[in-house]
Amino acid sequence: MSGAPARRSASGGPTTPMPDALLARGPSPRRLWTDRAASAAMLATVALALLPVVLIFYYIIREGFSAMNWEFLTQSMPYSFRKEGGGFLNGLIGTLIMVGVATAVAVPFGVLAAVYLVEYGKNGLLAQLIRFFSDVMTGVPSVFVGLFVYTAFVVPFGFGALMGAAALAIIMLPIIVRSTEEMLKLVPLEIKNASYALGAAKWQTVTRVVLPSALPGITTGVLLAVARAAGETAPLILTALGSLTITTKLLGEPISALPLAIFDGARTPFAAGQARAWAGALELLLIVLVFTLLARVASSRSSISR
Amino acid sequence: MNRSTRHFSRLLVAATAGALLVGSLALLGCGGDVVPAGGSATTVGGSATTGGLLTASLTGVGATFPEPLYLEWVGEFVTNVEPGVKVNYQGIGSGGGIQQLTQMTVDFGASDAPMSDEEIAAAETASGATVLHIPTVFGAVAVAYSLPDVTDLKLDQETLADVFLGTVTTWDDPAIVALNPGVTLPSAAISVVHRSDSSGTTSIFTGYLTKVSPAWSDTVGAGKDVRWPVGIGGQGNDGVAAVIQQQEGSIGYVELAYATEVGLPTVSLRNQAGSFIAPSLASTSAAGAGVDFPADLRFSLSDSPASEAYPIVGATWILAYDSMADPAKAEALRAFLTWALNEGAPVAEDLGYAPLPDDLRALALAKVDEVGSR
Amino acid sequence: MSEGAVTLAASTRRRGVGRRVDRAFGILTAASGSLVLLVLAYMVLTTTNTALPVFRAEGISFVTGSEWLPSRGVFGILPFIYGTLVTSAIALVIAVPISVGLSLYLTEVAPAWLRGPVGYAVDLLAAVPSVVYGLWGVFVLLPLFLQPIAEALGSAFGFLPIFAPPASGISYFGAGVVLGIMIIPIISALAREVFRAVPADDRYAAYALGATRWEMIWGAVIPRSRAGLVGAVMLGLGRALGETIAVALLVGSRPSISASVLQPGYSMAAVIANQFQEADAPQIRALVGVGVVLFAITILINMAARLLVWRMVAER
Repeated sequence: MSGAPARRSASGGPTTPMPDALLARGPSPRRLWTDRAASAAMLATVALALLPVVLIFYYIIREGFSAMNWEFLTQSMPYSFRKEGGGFLNGLIGTLIMVGVATAVAVPFGVLAAVYLVEYGKNGLLAQLIRFFSDVMTGVPSVFVGLFVYTAFVVPFGFGALMGAAALAIIMLPIIVRSTEEMLKLVPLEIKNASYALGAAKWQTVTRVVLPSALPGITTGVLLAVARAAGETAPLILTALGSLTITTKLLGEPISALPLAIFDGARTPFAAGQARAWAGALELLLIVLVFTLLARVASSRSSISR
Repeated sequence: MNRSTRHFSRLLVAATAGALLVGSLALLGCGGDVVPAGGSATTVGGSATTGGLLTASLTGVGATFPEPLYLEWVGEFVTNVEPGVKVNYQGIGSGGGIQQLTQMTVDFGASDAPMSDEEIAAAETASGATVLHIPTVFGAVAVAYSLPDVTDLKLDQETLADVFLGTVTTWDDPAIVALNPGVTLPSAAISVVHRSDSSGTTSIFTGYLTKVSPAWSDTVGAGKDVRWPVGIGGQGNDGVAAVIQQQEGSIGYVELAYATEVGLPTVSLRNQAGSFIAPSLASTSAAGAGVDFPADLRFSLSDSPASEAYPIVGATWILAYDSMADPAKAEALRAFLTWALNEGAPVAEDLGYAPLPDDLRALALAKVDEVGSR
Repeated sequence: MSEGAVTLAASTRRRGVGRRVDRAFGILTAASGSLVLLVLAYMVLTTTNTALPVFRAEGISFVTGSEWLPSRGVFGILPFIYGTLVTSAIALVIAVPISVGLSLYLTEVAPAWLRGPVGYAVDLLAAVPSVVYGLWGVFVLLPLFLQPIAEALGSAFGFLPIFAPPASGISYFGAGVVLGIMIIPIISALAREVFRAVPADDRYAAYALGATRWEMIWGAVIPRSRAGLVGAVMLGLGRALGETIAVALLVGSRPSISASVLQPGYSMAAVIANQFQEADAPQIRALVGVGVVLFAITILINMAARLLVWRMVAER
């Protein structure tokens, strides 16, 4: 056969056409032309998909950097959008508090629910229901979750960090359940059997063998859920309301969050407010990217792979 | 696992545990202190007229019409007069201010549309207290636009109504050209911008159009929100200003301070006396002169007959109850409002808002004394 | 030995306390699992209950009425349903060809060294929070792209009702374009999985019959991937239906129905976010009603999508 190099495409199929011996005449010019046009179209879609990536990151970095300074990271909002200076510290603190509380609530329940799905329920009716509706819940619009927390909790108790955290926890819960379940399923049967063989009870096996070995994978899922929660805006509009000042109270007082501050800044006509919004966007993007990256690192370090 | 993986796993566990710990501590309510805005600006040498001894945290929501002014007032009051008081004002629209006051989720509301009798009844039933209307300043509703090469634009009442009705659709319409001899107007389409939220500014603007244009009064009418025939919606005065700024060839109505601060040109409107008046501090004050104010201090200032008056002027009110649950908050609110009415005039004039004439100010101060007094 | 047999063997040797702890632990995990169901059920119940008075008062005209005027107690949400569907449709028109083409490229055409970086770059789009998309959409995309393109479409194709002027970048079109960009990574990631699941044998068979690469794709890969692709598209659609912030900033906040996509409009999620703060009790109920309708539509689409994707994965 002639020396066409045997490169492989992702699907494992050959990327070069068949060796010459088999292609005495080759495909007709029309077919070749269609093939080339299709390849060109695919390349065009790649360019079209990459264009927004470039534009988004370029502009956020450019505008955000020029507006970002130490004062921005450490100062709260000036009392008016028109004013120069100040920063989004009130938003940062609010986000940290609400995401922190949401994580503290969602992780234990989510992990335990996943343990149920893998170790106890398996394919029973309850487990199937939980699995299906967890998947469904990941698609619930976040504004609806905010609406629910508003009608159920804000109306009686007022706006506050706890309400925002509740909304975020509801959003995070199904994500953690499903991703933890996937990770737990990958724990090899052998080490579980070894634990039982040593006389361990089921709960001991789960807490001392299964969970620790799936920990990197679970962490991946948790970090991704945290990244998602940090970027949510709509549910917080309806539960935390927003504030220009730093608040650390959990109940009864509206609290700011980074995405809320950015949202307000996006609708202001004043240049100072817009500049702060860009810096805030850069800050939020960095936070989300750091968590996403940590998640990837965690999953690559996992000794269990698919 | 190899050693590095084990180390890293431990690090990740530690980090996650740390995050959970922070979250749990917060959950246990370890935070209760409240930091005033702008950091700790101590005033050396004593500055306060009231001694700076009050401590309270006030929340108010409502109109975006006076928001630039209120935020300046809050900033000065909290920094120089009563550092122990925190005031959080959110501009969400006059309708929102009235609603949140009725639901008693805030300490005071703000609105450029006085509450209607039904709204007052609802609020008083819900709270068991009387609603107080306290006017603070007069402001002009400017008609701002964005046309790159046109700095001066004149419109009369009918043409203004026609633009917002959608019957005049291009900038070089004969009606507009006739009013502006010598100005080159592009043939671009007019993009109308209005409020998408329930707004006192809308109430003032549509109230004026209802008075001067029968066509408007028949088809649209007045109110905090109306069935707009055409246009893009902006959220709040700032949202409308932002949309005008972003879209060339657009026209909309905003409080004067927004147009000035953002650098948007404003239309000179023909007033009842027949002159084309631009919105400004002077023409706003002129609209408030010589008006008879009723006892409950609810009134309208638009379409003033004064010769130098800008035709679309409105007052803006702070809404409060005469009975408040927390006496410290009541005292702080009274202190803030008294200070604003007495000392806040220079800041207001700077931004183009007209301070109240003396007779009205006395009436307003009397109402302030009633806040939280029961 | 299977896990069940080992557990049984071990537990028969344990005494009462151990077994009770095991049972307690089992109940704890089952309770946590049920929490998901309970939260979902509670969400649906409370919101429907809150909105019930409006549903009863307005009846079917709540969903079919096209007039939304809260100050006069008129609540017809058809403009919002229309806007949500139109913006999502525009998003799909933009995102589906790009995502499918991109995924095909990454799985069938790209050399190995290119696959990782390009896939990673596209997945970065998923990491950008929606408020950042909104900010970027208003200040960068609008002047750079949306407004000029909208005006061009309006002047060139204005005779078509769908592109009738006056054209604005702040419109169904503007919101739809940004939505489309946002759902590209979702559809593309799933589409890549779906294409990878096609057995290599099918590809070899096509080549053995003398097909060009495109013919192989068209004849072997795509027919096998149809169900999964539909599922991927529907998941992207589900995301687009619920997106709030980017749409709120770019759709024009106008509660009306217009045939032209270049005109301002509204969407269900956007009106909730924009109006709830100032709403009185009847309006809040109406907005919750909007939320319930949005939830119902999104859930139906998501459930159908999940069933399709599950079936495709199970067939692998």
